[in-house]
Amino acid sequence: MGDILVLAEHRQGVLRDISFEMMAIAPKVAEAMGGEVKVLVIGSGIDELAKKMSEYGVKVIAVDDQLFEDFNAEKYQKALSALLDDLKPAVLMTGQTAQGVDFMPALAVEKNLPYVAEAIDINYEDGTLKATRNIYSGKVNATVAFKPADTCLVTIREGAVEAPEPAASGDVEKMDSPLKEDIPYRKFVEYIEAEVGDVDITQSEILVSVGRGLKEDKNLPDIEELAKAIKADIAGSRAATDAGWIPHDRQVGTSGKTVKPKLYLALGISGAFQHLAGMKGAKTIVAVNKDPEAPIFAVADYAIVDDMFKVVPALTEKLKELKG
Amino acid sequence: MKTVVCIKYVPDTSEAEVKVNPDGKTVDDSRFSFDINDADNYAVEESVLIKEDKGGEVDVLSIGPKQSEVMIRMAMAKGCDRATRVEDDRIAEHDPLLVAKVLAGALKEKEFDLVFTGCWGDDFNHMSTGVALAEYLGVNHASMVKKVEVLDGKVRAHRELEGGLMEVVELELPAVLTIQTGINEPRYAPIRGIRQAQKKELNVVSLDDLGVDPAEVSVDASQVVLENLYIPEVESAAEFIEGEPEEKAEKLASILTKGGLV
Ligand SMILES: Cc1cc2nc3c(=O)[nH]c(=O)nc-3n(C[C@H](O)[C@H](O)[C@H](O)COP(=O)(O)OP(=O)(O)OC[C@H]3O[C@@H](n4cnc5c(N)ncnc54)[C@H](O)[C@@H]3O)c2cc1C
Repeated sequence: MGDILVLAEHRQGVLRDISFEMMAIAPKVAEAMGGEVKVLVIGSGIDELAKKMSEYGVKVIAVDDQLFEDFNAEKYQKALSALLDDLKPAVLMTGQTAQGVDFMPALAVEKNLPYVAEAIDINYEDGTLKATRNIYSGKVNATVAFKPADTCLVTIREGAVEAPEPAASGDVEKMDSPLKEDIPYRKFVEYIEAEVGDVDITQSEILVSVGRGLKEDKNLPDIEELAKAIKADIAGSRAATDAGWIPHDRQVGTSGKTVKPKLYLALGISGAFQHLAGMKGAKTIVAVNKDPEAPIFAVADYAIVDDMFKVVPALTEKLKELKG
Repeated sequence: MKTVVCIKYVPDTSEAEVKVNPDGKTVDDSRFSFDINDADNYAVEESVLIKEDKGGEVDVLSIGPKQSEVMIRMAMAKGCDRATRVEDDRIAEHDPLLVAKVLAGALKEKEFDLVFTGCWGDDFNHMSTGVALAEYLGVNHASMVKKVEVLDGKVRAHRELEGGLMEVVELELPAVLTIQTGINEPRYAPIRGIRQAQKKELNVVSLDDLGVDPAEVSVDASQVVLENLYIPEVESAAEFIEGEPEEKAEKLASILTKGGLV
């Protein structure tokens, strides 16, 4: 009763951070619900991964089978559907990741269970499980309550919480795969690595990064001028790379690169969490944005609320002067 | 190829001040500008590219108010052939599973090879509607797709994973694909297309027309309750630099140089 089943996520033999981050949320919910945390690891050749998860002092259930060599949403859905019947957890928790989003909504529909996507926190109060979500460009939070059900399904936003340190040792229990045969209608073909460009922005000391606020590529020369003056490389938000203003290999964020420069100048970038995840490790962050409510200011060290097209040319001139 | 593209009319909140209404459950959207959801715009383009390449037709499906017809006409101006707009205030809009159920209801009599949705909504960011829709329809799906290759009876979808890694999967058709931004370069609607779009078929339907039981997709039917909305407290440790734009630039330049940051 009241158990929280957490699906650990891994890819190419490595556990992804979200697996550890969920260890910051699941235990407190389990405690409030009077149950325990069980971590499910599904894959092929996963002994090491299962052991590593057990170091959080939780019970790990390992489903080790050739059929799970690569991620396949249909297979995961089938396996989890059977495991929910078997284990009857109060909550099934996964990451809101390329894996989680590919099967959790379908599983919720199949099992007719309540589902909340991309929670940033979960709490159990007065007999009700509640999730906090962050919506409308990160400007509004929503509290969503689950109606009573056998199992509540929830996915957790990546990077929403800090992963705790492993604390104790737990047990690994092997379980037979509920999936007995391969499925013909969806096949994994291959992974294709991201393209490599001329500059590796993960190595840059200074980055000048632009977002949708650039408006059009004819405004790029102002930015290039600034970058040249301070020997910076140019990067961008997803909006800037999608628009074709900045090469794709210079995208900062969850679906791009994680950068840790000495100085990061964010110009006309709102600061969506996917972007913040890629740059909040920068030593000093400067943000220029005309919207005082822009979430980017939450991680900035120096903030300018203004039109970047007025600030940037003046900044370039001043920096040239000062640096002689 | 017969493709259906599902699109949504959403507010642009990236630059807007957002206020919660006194009901605590909705935001004041009276001053927002609305347009097609970003990812859906790429889905429209992808559906038109496939039609241009393989022949066939594209249907637009949208749940939304009368005002959203501007967006629907724009999709038709770009090459989509006809549209269905579902308007019914009994739909639980906060629940992507029930929204998907309505979309499935609108598609149950339709023949299609592919259904596209955007992979995420700029308003609620659930990333759930398309995948739930596939389950209701009983067809294959792949989410977060950044390249589509139509083969004989199959589709190869390149799914964009974290860090820009691509996962290529092969699905038997029919299938639902949720389209990620950046998959293509959405075109501007040609003037001629805009004129033609005015004459294209746009059906407005209710739940009753679709044969969807309102009790099954209403707020009461939802298994989750939207309790309240609030503006999160943002703790910013930032030093806000004040003054005219030039003064701000000057102050920042001196902070950066004095601090040895540049
Ligand atoms: C699965 C997934 C993965 C994603 N991965 C990433 C990722 O890796 N990296 C990433 O960046 N995003 C990613 N995103 C997208 C992310 O959610 C945002 O949509 C994106 O970061 C927005 O980019 P932006 O800040 O440039 O644009 P917007 O959010 O549109 O913000 C533009 C900003 O510019 C400001 N502005 C406009 N004009 C001016 C001006 N003249 N002067 C000053 N300021 C101005 C506005 O006030 C606004 O704050 C991902 C989304 C999904 C669904």
